[in-house]
Amino acid sequence: MVSATPFATHPVVDILRFNTCGSVDDGKSTLIGRLLYDSKSLMEDQIEALERSADITGGGQINLANLTDGLRAEREQGITIDVAYRYFATPRRKFIIADTPGHVQYTRNMVTGASAANLSIVLVDARAGIIEQSRRHTCIASLLRIPHLVVAINKMDLVGWSEARFQEIRAQFEEFLPRLDIKDVKFIPISALNGDNVVEPSKHTPWHPGPTLLSHLETVHIASDWNLNGFRLPVQWVNRPNCPTNSRLHDFRGFSGQIAGGIIRVGQKVIALPAGMTSTVKEIWTLDGSVQEAFCPQSITLVLDHDIDISRGSMIIGLDNLPGANVNLQAKVCWMHPRPLQRGKKYWLKHTSNMVQAVVTEIEHRIDMATLEPQAAPSELALNDIGEIQIRTAKPLVYDGYATNRLTGSFILIEQGTNATVAAGMLMPPHEIVKPENGDYVI
Amino acid sequence: MSNYHLDHLQHLETEAIHVMREVAGEFERPALLFSGGKDSICLLRLAEKAFRPSDLPMPLLNVDTGHHFPELNDFRDRRAVQLGAKLIIRKVEDAIAKGIAVPATGEVGRNKLQIPTLLAAIEEFRFDCCIGGARRDEEKARAKERFFSFRDSFGQWDPKNQRPEIWNLYNARINPGENMRVFPLSNWTEMDVWEYIQREKLEVPTIYFSHRRKCVRRVGQWLPVTDIIPPKPNEEVRELVVRVRTIGDIISTGMIESPAKSVEDIITEIAAARVTERGSRADDKTSEAAMEDRKKAGYF
Ligand SMILES: Nc1nc2c(ncn2[C@@H]2O[C@H](COP(=O)(O)OP(=O)(O)O)[C@@H](O)[C@H]2O)c(=O)[nH]1
Repeated sequence: MVSATPFATHPVVDILRFNTCGSVDDGKSTLIGRLLYDSKSLMEDQIEALERSADITGGGQINLANLTDGLRAEREQGITIDVAYRYFATPRRKFIIADTPGHVQYTRNMVTGASAANLSIVLVDARAGIIEQSRRHTCIASLLRIPHLVVAINKMDLVGWSEARFQEIRAQFEEFLPRLDIKDVKFIPISALNGDNVVEPSKHTPWHPGPTLLSHLETVHIASDWNLNGFRLPVQWVNRPNCPTNSRLHDFRGFSGQIAGGIIRVGQKVIALPAGMTSTVKEIWTLDGSVQEAFCPQSITLVLDHDIDISRGSMIIGLDNLPGANVNLQAKVCWMHPRPLQRGKKYWLKHTSNMVQAVVTEIEHRIDMATLEPQAAPSELALNDIGEIQIRTAKPLVYDGYATNRLTGSFILIEQGTNATVAAGMLMPPHEIVKPENGDYVI
Repeated sequence: MSNYHLDHLQHLETEAIHVMREVAGEFERPALLFSGGKDSICLLRLAEKAFRPSDLPMPLLNVDTGHHFPELNDFRDRRAVQLGAKLIIRKVEDAIAKGIAVPATGEVGRNKLQIPTLLAAIEEFRFDCCIGGARRDEEKARAKERFFSFRDSFGQWDPKNQRPEIWNLYNARINPGENMRVFPLSNWTEMDVWEYIQREKLEVPTIYFSHRRKCVRRVGQWLPVTDIIPPKPNEEVRELVVRVRTIGDIISTGMIESPAKSVEDIITEIAAARVTERGSRADDKTSEAAMEDRKKAGYF
């Protein structure tokens, strides 16, 4: 789905990923429908389908929420049950929206939708003000270190466009903000239903200096989310053509992966972990020809000048800004499965391209979502709980703190047997880093 | 800093390559679904980017409904040879003959019958993963798909019970008999696909470009005249300058009147388009939940 404006063919420079969150009926679906509708991203057949269902079920009223509530079960129950992705573009940017639902029991979907986001929109019903869900969602955005937050105070039409009410809610919000890790917050009064301050400025809010929601989305500065400081290449696949008829290809041995941090140049020294061997970059191979330099998050194939033991799950790193390496890890987790976290039970832990067995040795605390305060030593972490745990892995993990690098600082836990994804984890900064003094860096 | 910046196509590209390599790293017997359509043409280029200079570590698989545009099959076969890739074709006709796919009384379309044919091919070759070119912007039910979409041992998709997908950490673990469908182009739009085809100078089948063709007016759209469902005496037949925007079977793909003769023309046309690409497919119009029902049954 693309904008119908003639500008759409101009080169679009970047992508903004954002998600919407709020409680049920705060107006998320309506807001997304409004953004698509008013930015002219909807096509005639979509508008037609909306009108068709308006005649059947809505007494003739177009319901913008129908655009995103895709699945039949949802239409029957009238709720959004999963994460839905929407795409639109304006002349300035391309947007990927993750529509994440507001039910308590669906917090895991919000984590899913928000994990890769540059920005989160927290919707607040102007009549209700800040409620536990708003706190929970903001807390998750902070935990995931989403750089930008928009608090969209919706249904302003139902509170008579009162500036006093807007400021009151803003003050409620700012009260708990200092406890969180969010640097950039914008408050915008809107009516998703009528479109005020969504794409077009509202004539009802002369007291709001702007911007509208869309113009904020178009201009917010998404300073590189990617860490360019310490080179990290988790090896996904060893590239060995094994071609007997072509001597150059016969000896080709490359290590393919997506750079998860830093910059790499031909001639640069690297260490391969866990083997701990040093080598030099001989070639950075891509289909479009060899390059001298590559950076995060490009996908490349590295050729090294020694034949060393590297396989899927190995990490090739640079000599600066060394990562941690340990079997004992501390992490914040969001629990995503109805079966609670069990101390002492074995899980699979997937971190970058690496899969190891892991045991949770300690549950340090659980965050009380009403107060955002940690409660020490809970007996378990249940579905939608967020807490801090200690883990021991069967083999050392090469990692960074999540605050330093989202890609090398994150992991998931997978239940053995069912293969269900049960947790999203964010690693705390390492206590011990890889030691480079001796020629061998075996860990 | 500004030197270390990717534009939107480069972002989508590196994301898709990462997904493809996860498939190669995690599965024993993957396959890549290749129809010759524009989305799977992009998939093939991404596979080259992910795996060259090696051979592609997976065969190409196509379910031939017997109602394909001939231009499309020619193109499909030629591309496979050019790439030195193994191409496996399984035909709906054969599946019908073997009783694997059973048409309903009076059922002419082959869309539904693709499902048992595909599932039988998966079983025959014991594929544990199939890479497909579906995009989330195509349709509402697709908008909720994961990159790694788990299918139970009946090939079914359960939209309420999907694995959460966090960051770029894909849970690829399955038990024997289960299956994964993987969609590297999840975040691509129709425009992105054509811009990528333009940037990479990829060849596409000629039916995407405008040409003269005899068409018959049915259910509000222009369908190509074929022997499969010949025009009835009362039906209007015209020779028009048309092209396809999305390719399904020849009996259900609406042709759009268009003068677009090049990829550049197509991009300009899409930028100004007022209907979605699936607006021209009769199979999706049947009911609003049409796609969702087919996906639950094992469709891509
Ligand atoms: N008056 C008013 N109603 C709204 C506004 N935004 C949404 N609604 C209504 O609130 C209800 C819930 O909206 P919906 O978008 O489905 O909420 P969701 O559950 O967050 O997706 C619907 O009846 C909407 O029409 C608004 O700005 N003003």
